Amino acid sequence: METAVRSHAMLCGCTCCMACGTTKVKAALEEEFRKNGIDEEVKLVISGSNVFCAKGPVMIVHPEEIFYEGLTVEDVPALVEEHFLKGRAYQKLTFKEQDKKIAIPSIHDIPFFKHQVFLVLKNKGLIDPERIEDYITMDGYKALSKALTLMKPEEIVKVVSDSGLRGRGGAGFPTGKKWELGLKIKSDVKYVVCNGDEGDPGAFMDRAVMEGDPQAVIEGMIICGVATESHKGYIYVRAEYPLAVKRLQIAIDQCYEAGLLGSNILGTGFDFDLEIYQGAGAFVCGEATALMRSIEGKRGMPRPKLWRSAVKGLWDKPTVLNNVETFANIPQIVLNGAGWYRSLGTEKSAGTKVFALTGAINNVGLVEVPMDTPLRKIIFDIGGGIINKRSKFKAVQLGGPSGGCIPEAYLDIPVTYEAIEKSGAIVGSGGMVVMDTSTCMVSTAKFFLEFTADESCGKCAPCRLGTKLMHDLLIDICEGRGKEGDIEMLEEMSETIISASLCGLGQSAPNPVLSTIRHFRHEYEAHIKDKWCSAGACRDLCTFYIDEKLCKGCGACQRACPSNAIEGEKKKPHKIMQESCVRCRTCVDTCKFGSIKILPASARSANEADLQFIAGMAAGSLAGVGK
Amino acid sequence: MTKLTIAELQRIQEENKATFTLRKGGYKAKVVVHMGTCGIAAGARNVMTALMNEIALAGTNDIIVKTSGCGGLCAREPMAVIELVDQPPVIYGDLNEEKIKEIFKEHIIGGNPVEKYALALGSEAIY
Repeated sequence: METAVRSHAMLCGCTCCMACGTTKVKAALEEEFRKNGIDEEVKLVISGSNVFCAKGPVMIVHPEEIFYEGLTVEDVPALVEEHFLKGRAYQKLTFKEQDKKIAIPSIHDIPFFKHQVFLVLKNKGLIDPERIEDYITMDGYKALSKALTLMKPEEIVKVVSDSGLRGRGGAGFPTGKKWELGLKIKSDVKYVVCNGDEGDPGAFMDRAVMEGDPQAVIEGMIICGVATESHKGYIYVRAEYPLAVKRLQIAIDQCYEAGLLGSNILGTGFDFDLEIYQGAGAFVCGEATALMRSIEGKRGMPRPKLWRSAVKGLWDKPTVLNNVETFANIPQIVLNGAGWYRSLGTEKSAGTKVFALTGAINNVGLVEVPMDTPLRKIIFDIGGGIINKRSKFKAVQLGGPSGGCIPEAYLDIPVTYEAIEKSGAIVGSGGMVVMDTSTCMVSTAKFFLEFTADESCGKCAPCRLGTKLMHDLLIDICEGRGKEGDIEMLEEMSETIISASLCGLGQSAPNPVLSTIRHFRHEYEAHIKDKWCSAGACRDLCTFYIDEKLCKGCGACQRACPSNAIEGEKKKPHKIMQESCVRCRTCVDTCKFGSIKILPASARSANEADLQFIAGMAAGSLAGVGK
Repeated sequence: MTKLTIAELQRIQEENKATFTLRKGGYKAKVVVHMGTCGIAAGARNVMTALMNEIALAGTNDIIVKTSGCGGLCAREPMAVIELVDQPPVIYGDLNEEKIKEIFKEHIIGGNPVEKYALALGSEAIY
């Protein structure tokens, strides 16, 4: 007789939590359960991503639904005694809101989870991604059964079209349209390809889906096979995602064993084969045509889009290519119908979108919200606002290297494809990097241009040379060599690169520069004309100065300074020795009284009286600059 | 695993239902066993084990078991609170293995509270 289990401890097994020590914590928990004789009553499961990644490893305990974060091996004995033996939430590791000491033990009360709508991530923290039975129990393969037995291919395509689902990889092309074309084209061989080449800096949505719910992606792909009468599929995943590759492979093997892949699926006579193709991690291979060349074994380079890949794609055969998240949406749309999906989001942007919320924010993690949710709600209600109390929100970067920065004035727009595009960014694959006032927007643009200059495949000269030249120009601006006309030069080069590049990489590469110029032009101007980086990020363009009136002489900055550049007696105003200051910004982040001001580079040689004057100027007439 | 058919998908779902009732909620009965120091000293551990055995024997999949600390009435430990959906929770005291087995059959499965062992109606927060 099997003993009944009274509690399930779902330990997060995503890459981030694994990196924080899930394996060690798991061993410690097992040991402790055994010691207390409850190892049969309590089941320990390594689940997929719990989406709240800020403080790994995290764990959800059912049926109490208590959420624990930041588990350590040392805490395990106390946790087991408190929670599993005495039935009290172990307060030390429950979620606490910043600055508030009150613990929020139940997962349903945590603001981060409360405001989200989980569709693609519905199985998060509920299933063991390496067990097909778990997925099946959560209504897995029900949609496939429905598609195989009750629906004609045309009907499946119609449901997907009617649902209004658009490509979640970035471009937002209507998925139904793609499938319709795929079905219409007659060919002996057709392919279904899943794009899992997630490469945007700061984006990890697709990784979490592949690691946490690989079967959902597979089911979506098989349904696509049924709908487009295709019998062969590839999942393209970068080799940099070893855990995703491993979990997908386990899922595929289990599907073959269970007759959900291979010939005669579920006894209905439909055949579908699926394999993983590992990419080497080139950013350009996320572009559809380059991705297909890569699968063919050739160098991953885009080709001119004379025809859609649904007409001529992989090995010149009709190919339906969708993103991981798009496929993961499919089973639920087929099962619940188009109207159900449409009830979320807006007319043109239906359903939910998963965002990877990172940056200067309290709650780092994955956020799934209906597409009509305003940015402000995501950043402040779900994300918990800016992590550093002494700085404020400045901008949010959407869409990675192809996207742009959105300033505070636009925070009330919903995250629909149209509204975000109007603001100068793109929804993209869903990377959302929040930046506070300590971020320099010129440096941010420089960072993204460095990335695209590195990742440009080199086929088109405007992209290959243009991104490099733009990057050089941005370096010049950040290092104090900026000159009149540089902004116009950047704009002109952007225009050329956009119009003369073949693929999405080049066509969108200048976006980070254009959007920052659009919303933060004054910062570029300050860099060029005043040689002043008001965020204090560009070392050559700033001077740190202690305002005597505000300094309390607490000595905190003195202790934090790595180069001993701060002098002063206790309780008397301190002073920064400009000749030994390395401009690391540590003192600014340390000072509780906001007494350290960031002035233009020219202030370095100024005497005390002048400094006071410049500081006054900076606070007064130039105050608008930092806003 | 043998090749599945659509009927077998349903069978797997049924088989794993207990696991997911526990994870997703949607249970029929909730039992909270007091496992404070007083409770454990009075034999709550044995009561819990007996209860878990009964659940396993009955093969039910919609009963969840939680633990809690001392309820403040240490003299009447081991105690347990049983709550059926749509019914007020019942607190039982002075339990032992035999009593919990009887309560399991009468109250949890049968739906009729066992008055002779019951102390009161009501529940307590578990965290």
